[in-house]
Order: sequence, then C-alpha cells, then structure tokens
Amino acid sequence: MSRAWYFRFTLCIACILWIGAVTTVAADVTPSPSSTLQRVLGLRDYNTRVVLLGTTLLGISGGVIGVFTLLRKRSLIADVVGHSALPGIAIAFLLTEIIRPGTGKNVPLLMLGATLSGLLGAVLVLLITRSSRIRSDAAMAVVLSTFYGLGTALLTVVQHVPTASAAGLKDYLNGKTASLVAGDVWIFAIASACLLCIATVLFKEFSLVCFDEDYAASEGWPVWSLDGLLTALVVGITILGMQSVGLLLVVAVLIIPASAARFWSHDIRRMTVIAGIIGGLAAATGTILSALGPRLAAGAVIVLCGTGLFLLSMLFGWRRGWIWTWVESRRMQRRIGRHDLLRATYEIIESQHAEGRRHVPTDAELLNAPVDLNQLVGMRTWSRSRVQHLIRSACHESLLIPHRGAWRLTPEGAALARRAVRNHRLWELYLITFADVAPSRVDRAADRIEHVLEPETIRLLELRLETQQAGLMPTSPHD
Amino acid sequence: MSTPQHPDSAPLCIHDMTVAYRRRPVIWDIDYDAPAGKLVAIVGPNGAGKSTLIKAALDLVPKISGEVRVFGEPYRAQASRVAYVPQRSSVDWDFPVSALDVAAMGLYRKIGWFRPVTRRYKEEARAALDRVGMADYAKRQISQLSGGQQQRVFLARALAQNADLYLMDEPFAGVDATTERTIIGILRELRDAGKTAIVVHHDLQTAPEYFDEVVLLNMRLVASGPMETVFTSENLRRTYGGKLPLLDQVGNRMAGGQGS
Repeated sequence: MSRAWYFRFTLCIACILWIGAVTTVAADVTPSPSSTLQRVLGLRDYNTRVVLLGTTLLGISGGVIGVFTLLRKRSLIADVVGHSALPGIAIAFLLTEIIRPGTGKNVPLLMLGATLSGLLGAVLVLLITRSSRIRSDAAMAVVLSTFYGLGTALLTVVQHVPTASAAGLKDYLNGKTASLVAGDVWIFAIASACLLCIATVLFKEFSLVCFDEDYAASEGWPVWSLDGLLTALVVGITILGMQSVGLLLVVAVLIIPASAARFWSHDIRRMTVIAGIIGGLAAATGTILSALGPRLAAGAVIVLCGTGLFLLSMLFGWRRGWIWTWVESRRMQRRIGRHDLLRATYEIIESQHAEGRRHVPTDAELLNAPVDLNQLVGMRTWSRSRVQHLIRSACHESLLIPHRGAWRLTPEGAALARRAVRNHRLWELYLITFADVAPSRVDRAADRIEHVLEPETIRLLELRLETQQAGLMPTSPHD
Repeated sequence: MSTPQHPDSAPLCIHDMTVAYRRRPVIWDIDYDAPAGKLVAIVGPNGAGKSTLIKAALDLVPKISGEVRVFGEPYRAQASRVAYVPQRSSVDWDFPVSALDVAAMGLYRKIGWFRPVTRRYKEEARAALDRVGMADYAKRQISQLSGGQQQRVFLARALAQNADLYLMDEPFAGVDATTERTIIGILRELRDAGKTAIVVHHDLQTAPEYFDEVVLLNMRLVASGPMETVFTSENLRRTYGGKLPLLDQVGNRMAGGQGS
C-alpha cells in the first residue's frame, strides 16, 4: 500500500467515522429530533449562524496560533493565561459595581480586566523563569494556582454584593454559547480574523524564533518582542474564547489541533493549515452539537470534538499515526526477515565453494545450489517454524523456488541475496572503521547502504572488503 | 563592503570582557582582536567558556563588563555582516521543516519583515545547500538527516547570509569524514574571499592543520596569535593543565613541523 493511497484511504475512513460519531451524538441529544435538527443544521436561526461563524473563526485562529505555541514548547502558557484571567474579571466586575451599581456585567470591561490579568500571569511566568532558578513548569504551576485561587476568592466576594447580577460570571469558566449575542459575536469574529492575519503575516518570523532562538537573536530579530507578541496572541484567543469555550478549557483550542496536525505532516506550513482546519471543524461541530442539546456546555463539547479529531489523527495520521507506524514497522520486519533468509542461503553456498578461503560465488553457483531446511536453521539462532515461515513468504515473492525437498534461489533472489550480503558486510566494516561517528549514521535496515553513506566512504569500505575476501585476513579456523 | 583598515575596524574586537552566569564568572578579562581574513580556532578544555565567548560576542548572553566591537561598531549595527553557526545540539531537530527551509532562514533578514520566501530566495538557499553538498537532500525533513548532514545544513544557512565574519560553535563535533572535509573546504573558500571565521574547535590534532590563528582559552585568555608561535606544548599545558595525554604528541608534532 503506497503512502498516497494510505493517505486517501485513511482520510475517507477518518471522515466517515467523524460524521458518524457527530450525527449519532446529535441524534441522541436532540429532544425533538426533526424540528431542532432542521432548525440548527439548516442554520435557520440568525443567532446560531453568527455564533457558528464566530466559534469557527476562533477555532481556526486558535489552531494556527497553537502551532507556534506548541513548537515553542510553551503549550501550558495558554492554560496559565486562562486561569490568570479570572481575577481580572472579578476585579473589573467589582470596580464597575462600585462606580455604577447594577452595571457590573459590562462585557467589554470584563474582557479588558481579563486581558490585563491574563497578560500579567504570562509575564510573571516569564519573569520568574528568567530571574530565578525555578523552572518554567514550576513557575507556571505557581502563577496558575495563585491567580485561580485569587479569582475564586474574589468570585465569592462578588456573590455577596447585594446589587450584583453576578449570575453569569461563572459561565466564563466553562463557556456558554447560549449567552452570546450576535452583536458581540461579530466583533469576536473580526478580532479572531485579525489574530489569524497577524499569525499568518509573521509566519516566517515566528517559525524562526520557534526553531532557533539564539540564531534569530544573532541575526538581529527582536526575539523578546516576537515572544511577547506570540503571548499576546494567546491572550487574545483566551479572551475571545472566554464566552464560548471558557477560560479553563481555552488551552485545548490552541494545543489540541496543533498536536493533532503534527501526526499528518512534517512541514510547518502544511501543519499550520491542517491545524486550522481541525480547529475550525472541532469548533463548528462542537457549537452545533451544543446548540442541539441546550444542557451541554459549549466549551466542553468543542474540546471533546477536538479530542475526537486528535484521536483520529493519532490513529490514522500518515506521518506519525499509529497505523502507519505499525504498517512501516511490519514492512521493515518483513524486509529484515527476508534479508536474513537470503543472506543465510548465500553464506551456505559461499562456504560450499570456498576452499580454505573466501570466494565470491558466481551467478551460476548461486542459482544451482539447493539449500535445505536443516542447513538454514543451523545458520542462525532462529526457530524452525520461523525459517519455514520466511521460506514460505520468500517463495510467495518468487525469491526462492522449491527443488526436491530443498530450495533454490531465483535470479531475483540471487541478486537480492548478493546485495543484502554486501550491505551487511559493508555496514559491519563501517562500524569498525568509523566507530566514532557510526552510531548516529548506521541504518542497517536501509535498502541500500548508498542511501545513507557517501560514495567515497563506500569505495573505501569496498576496497577493504576486497582485501578481506582475497584472503589477507583469516576467515576460517582451517587456515 | 570594504572598511578602512585601521585597528578599530578589525572583524571582532573584544575588550576586557567578563561574562557570568548567576554570579559565577564563566570567562573574565578577555581581551582579543581577531585579524581579518584568517581562520581562527578557539581551543580549550570543556567548560572553559568557548561557547560563552562566542555568545557574548553576539550579544546573546549579557556581559558583566567589557565591550565588543564588530568591524568597529557595536554588534547590533553590524549584525548583517556576521553569520552564527550554533551548536548542532542547541535546536530540536524534530522541528517540522526541511533542509531547504533551514538554509532559507539565512536569508530572512534580507527578505525582511512580513514578506514570504519567494522562488528567488529558495533558489539562493538551494545554492547554499549545493555548496555544502546537500542539494539532493533539500526536501528532506531535518530529523531524517544524519548528524554531519545536519551540521552542513547549519553551515549552508550561514553561507546563505553572505556575511563577512563567521562564528561557529563546534562545527566539527561528531561529524563524518565527508562533512569534516566539506567544512574545511568551505572555511578555506571563505578565507580566500577575504572573510574571517572564528571556530570553536575541540580537536587538538587537527587544529594546526585547519587554522591560521589560535585562541587558547580556559576561563581566561591563555594566549592568542598565529598558530606557529602560540600553539606550543608550553601554552597548551597552561591551558589544559598537566592532564592531557595528547599534549606531548601535539608538542612533538609542532616541533617536527617547524623543523622541516
């Protein structure tokens, strides 16, 4: 199965599984199936349409920005930002209540508070990491828990404010798309699109900083500012996702699509596109599902949809997915087994014709020398059944043909045997000759040594091999 | 590109530089002027501060005191004339980019903010890969390259910059013979073009063969200058202490080299 076909095949399977899962869940959660389903899926509702657009855009930009966060190895910074935003919301609410009682739930002001305290949390993590010996994971844990603790404490205070209509504040923790109004969502959608644009325009700069910070700095790129901007983008996603996904889960919108995309590609551009698609898809399906079942928290559903896509990617991803990895390792196992068998055959024939010293068998000798099971079993420490299995598959691939209770090499088999033996011996020599650099380079399973080593090195090794074979080195105990 | 030849415009001037990590000085009072158009090796034992010297010269780590001038000006002003080849182990080679992408990073400054890497720049990057014999591997993801090939990709990135001063951190560490030969060939090309390369080098055996000048470093500057006069067993002993078995061999070899 070629890689291209595997790709098409698994993409289809993944899509079918996805649609199947989503429709099953949809059918389950909908109270009166036909009417609600039609209304939501047909996007009859203006509000649903706008909300869907908003969350999808958020999902796309979250996926794209998440790629950089992931590659910068700062995945958890989004979690810090999300948790740190909580006290900002509470403080903004309390301050507005003090100034003008009864108007505390002013969304723009709440978002401003969230932005400021989210940023403060992220900056604190950077400062603690840079200025002390505390590692970044510990710094994140400290900041995250402190801010969240503070936020929770402040929320209790908020609930004791008599005039307050504080009921909605907790929704920011887990998200509630139902509370979104079209007017706000338009602004969010535009803001998400802006974040996406910034990330796209600075694609080259961000990827450089993510790959090689020192080099970027030596070239005069403002690494600190770019890092700061990246953090600001993360804060932006967090704030925009506050109402739909919720502060606690916003990290998922950033990191899950990017991690899933890594299973599909080795190319950062393609990976970013895929992350955007996965993010958008997860957000869109999540929004639709939660619109169908009003009791489902939108944030949780969006995240779980992302998880579903992540699992599919982990399974089917054609770069790192489990199935492809398994297929490849099976293929390698088969190839190594085949090489072992042919090498054993070759060496038996070689020793039959050797008179005291090594002799390179001619094609005729290789083709007309039947080898039986006992001889083969004696060549290595392998079980009889393993050898029989290998012989069967070699016959199937017409590398060997049965010959009066034994087996002969076919012309293809002989050529492959010769190559396998040569490869094997050259690698052995390489390990001895270049012991200092060898471990990082030796790829014994490589089809041909030429694919890994330079022609020059191979010529040198061949020369040595010839001297060995000419009998200059003792090869058998009879010498 | 040419600068007037007065002492201040040397490719790299380091004056009384001290660098510390967390209150512990790593190198102190380094005073060194690199000559133009030479290949310079920085040699010293592990932990002698060789990489730190280069990073401090590039403003990558803060200096406690002292001053660095590149072609007579502060580093920031001359960054475009300097190419840095970091240690291979300093980056994550699992990063999702190809050899060509990495080589193209050397052109990012030239391409400028916000602009994408267009076909013209890709060709330039490919040409740089070709110089180090890696053109055939341009499309490979970097984790699928061997150590030596990764090192050559790093070198290609620096070459793409077309700089005047090259600072390389251990480019010969753990590479195969072909890569070693490629790098030394490139270094000589650079010298012939009148450029300067300052290279952290760990192999005392090959240092006199590959380089014109040497800086012996062990937290302080032990000696610096032309290889013939400075790379003596006496100076090496002062750099490494008495515990280096290779020392006498190298000393003999240098003595023999000067005799013939």
